[in-house]
Amino acid sequence: MEILLALMVGILYGTGIYMMLRRSMVKLILGIILLGNGANLLIFLLGRITKGAPPIIPGDSKVFTEAFADPVPQALILTAIVISFGLQSFAIVLVKRAHTVVRTDDLDEMNATDEDS
Amino acid sequence: MTQQLILYPLFLQMAISIILMFGWSRIRFQKVFSVFGSILSVALAIVVFMYIWNNGTQTVQAGNWKAPFGITFVADMLSATLVLLTAISGLAVSIFSAGSVLRDRLRFGYFPIFHFLLLGLNGAFLTGDIFNLYVWFEIIIISSFVLITIGGEKAQLEGAVKYFTLNILASMIFLTAIAVLYGITGSLNMADLAGQIAMVENRGLVQITALLFLIGFGIKAGVFPLYFWLPASYHTPPFAVSAIFGGLLTKVGVYALIRVFTLIFVNDAFLNNIIMIIAILTLVSGGVGALVQNNLRKVFSYLIICHIGYMIAGIGMFTEIAIAGAVFYLIHDIIVKTNLFMVSGVVYRIKGTNSMRDLGGIYANWPKISLLIFIPLFSLVGIPPLSGFWPKINLIKAGFAGENYITVGAIIFASFITLVIIAKLWAEVFWKADKELPLRSNFGYFTNMTIAKKLQFVVPVALLSIVSLYIGFGAEHIQELSARIADELVNNQGYIDAVLNTKN
Repeated sequence: MEILLALMVGILYGTGIYMMLRRSMVKLILGIILLGNGANLLIFLLGRITKGAPPIIPGDSKVFTEAFADPVPQALILTAIVISFGLQSFAIVLVKRAHTVVRTDDLDEMNATDEDS
Repeated sequence: MTQQLILYPLFLQMAISIILMFGWSRIRFQKVFSVFGSILSVALAIVVFMYIWNNGTQTVQAGNWKAPFGITFVADMLSATLVLLTAISGLAVSIFSAGSVLRDRLRFGYFPIFHFLLLGLNGAFLTGDIFNLYVWFEIIIISSFVLITIGGEKAQLEGAVKYFTLNILASMIFLTAIAVLYGITGSLNMADLAGQIAMVENRGLVQITALLFLIGFGIKAGVFPLYFWLPASYHTPPFAVSAIFGGLLTKVGVYALIRVFTLIFVNDAFLNNIIMIIAILTLVSGGVGALVQNNLRKVFSYLIICHIGYMIAGIGMFTEIAIAGAVFYLIHDIIVKTNLFMVSGVVYRIKGTNSMRDLGGIYANWPKISLLIFIPLFSLVGIPPLSGFWPKINLIKAGFAGENYITVGAIIFASFITLVIIAKLWAEVFWKADKELPLRSNFGYFTNMTIAKKLQFVVPVALLSIVSLYIGFGAEHIQELSARIADELVNNQGYIDAVLNTKN
């Protein structure tokens, strides 16, 4: 399971970076989304995967009696998902707006900011 | 009452922006209230600063969850100083925004977002939890995205795409670093991490994590070779926005670097070498980059990069005196860079352009304003006794003590090149004979403004110039402050004890 997840994370990071390096703005957003998902899975993986042991203390006990899944990474992922969701929706609007104004999807043509003025 | 004192700057900024939202379309109310709120936040920041100065590091455990399990807010001397500087720059930029930002932009929630940005900055300075730092970073960047795109001009949107992409990438790398850090230590509290990281056997993994942090924060701070988004975007938004970005946003990256590399990944020879090499290259490439630019704001953008190098060099040398120099430079730089971008705004209002080739004759026509602008420009160069001079003494002294002669060479080279650039700028913009430019229609020239409007441009520049003068002439006080901060940072046991409550 860990190996599978590790491979998955690697693929997500790889494709994410690859997409970000393309010239199209749409692919840029796709790259950001993939990279974000990769990061979230990485947190999940590195928080150690414990199968079928929710962090709930049984009613007849005051402490944990056996190994339990760490809830912190899940809280982190939840926060990160919400944040990246907000950022991605902003990115989509920004790219749409930039496309209407600049009339191109090609990042190489967006060089007005590098001109000497 | 005083227990939660260090959180009040956060609450205040949040309250200001929420109240401003209720007056969404009432621009006059927003202007007045934003300035009023900023004055309040300066007063509050002074109170917090004095409290920390007298009582030492303060902590608040959110929800009374004891560290290292809950989120901790920590105010040590460094945080308190930066909160104060944020409030001062915030006040200046708030006044400047009221005068310079166009009505159309103000109607789309400029001021509320501006105060959210300040909230994020204060939060980043005050938190003691690495994941919480990530969240504050996100609050900062999402507010800055809105500020950089507000108005939607072509250049702005192009700059925004670059700014946006690189900042998101930096956040992702930061998040990856947090994931690995949590994987090897199982903790997120920075004070707790300090102890945990020291016990990790696999040093290679620790160094890689540290490098991930270095890259993530490095993109935000704008160090060599990660700075290319900065000069591509900082000259596109309104001048007030450039001012707050130039003054504070890159400095948050530097703050995070200082915090992480003095508390968590402490004094590792391999890392220090890398940081030092980056610092030297940043100093040289930023300086050379600024030399060839023609647009005022682009010159200042490259100077930001160049001067980030000083602070990074201070972290790389990692002696108490070097850190004191870096912190002193940070204090000086926040004020001066905010001021410079406002200066470029004033120049733009006077002549209608920011191109050095077309500018000229401002000294002949506006001698008083020129003399005022002289202060930040030459504070930046660091002509003694102005403020940029003193931190360099510390840095050079530390460089000689540690026999880092190349670093000393780079520091001197960068100060020299800054002098060349500012002298050229002064000659081109202020001394050169006036050039007749075609008058722009629909453009509010400075000459035609009412006195009240003019004051909104001049007062913030004057305010920050006075602060700069104080940093220069009262260098003894700032030196004492930076030495104390450096002492706290290098001997980090005090910070750890305050957070984990291990002392008693």
